[in-house]
Amino acid sequence: MELLLDIVSWILLISGSFFTLTGALGLLRFPDFFTRTHASSITDTLGAGLILTGLMLQAGWGIVLAKLLLILLFSLLASTTACHAMAKAALRSGLKPHTVNDNDNSNSEEETSSKP
Amino acid sequence: MKHALALSVLLSAFWLINSGHYTSLLLFFMVVSVLFVAVLCHRMDVVDGESQPLALTFTIPMYWLWLIKEVTVANIAVARCVWKGADSISPSVIKVKANQKTDLGIVIYANSITLTPGTVSIDLEDNEITVHALTRETAEDLLTGEMDRRVCKVEA
Repeated sequence: MELLLDIVSWILLISGSFFTLTGALGLLRFPDFFTRTHASSITDTLGAGLILTGLMLQAGWGIVLAKLLLILLFSLLASTTACHAMAKAALRSGLKPHTVNDNDNSNSEEETSSKP
Repeated sequence: MKHALALSVLLSAFWLINSGHYTSLLLFFMVVSVLFVAVLCHRMDVVDGESQPLALTFTIPMYWLWLIKEVTVANIAVARCVWKGADSISPSVIKVKANQKTDLGIVIYANSITLTPGTVSIDLEDNEITVHALTRETAEDLLTGEMDRRVCKVEA
């Protein structure tokens, strides 16, 4: 049982690290600010989530487990709010998202709405 | 009154989880500090159905489970785009309508969109959410409106 728990926990930790690395790579590879926010949300959700779940399995029943759950909950709430705040601030200060859109109506709509 | 009670229970649970010391003196401090914060919140007039959404207690766990599944699927799709490189993405800006009745419902919807990788809500006016989508697939997933329906059900 102990061994099984260890194995599952290591799988979660390693795959969490992989997703965190993927998020970091996406941050470097994606072309503009708005697409980069998508990459950072990989790190925030599955990266942090899997690593914290792996740690929870190591912690066993107790106060540490409850604290790790709270960390997960608050980091999910805070990262989405921060992500939205940054994206909105970028839009308001006039940064236009790169779009490769065939139907031009949503594209032109965007340009008129982000003018002020 | 029931919101104030819920707030006190929540704060006490939070204190107990973070403390780890259960002597009578410290428990007394807990009661004092919880009461102080509850009274303060009451005087600030922030104890209501929006800060303590008791109505969602039984409907939201199922939504969370569904959201975890959606977020995992979306994560894998976006991670694939990262490894394939910048050529595999097709960013677009779309507008979706939020059909929720309360502000809280709309916020849950908009935050769920942001939480899901591949879609970020960048603006919210009345009940129209402007969304930046990373690929065509993520935009189409959102336009099916399944998430919107499920948030409406949470609210009801």
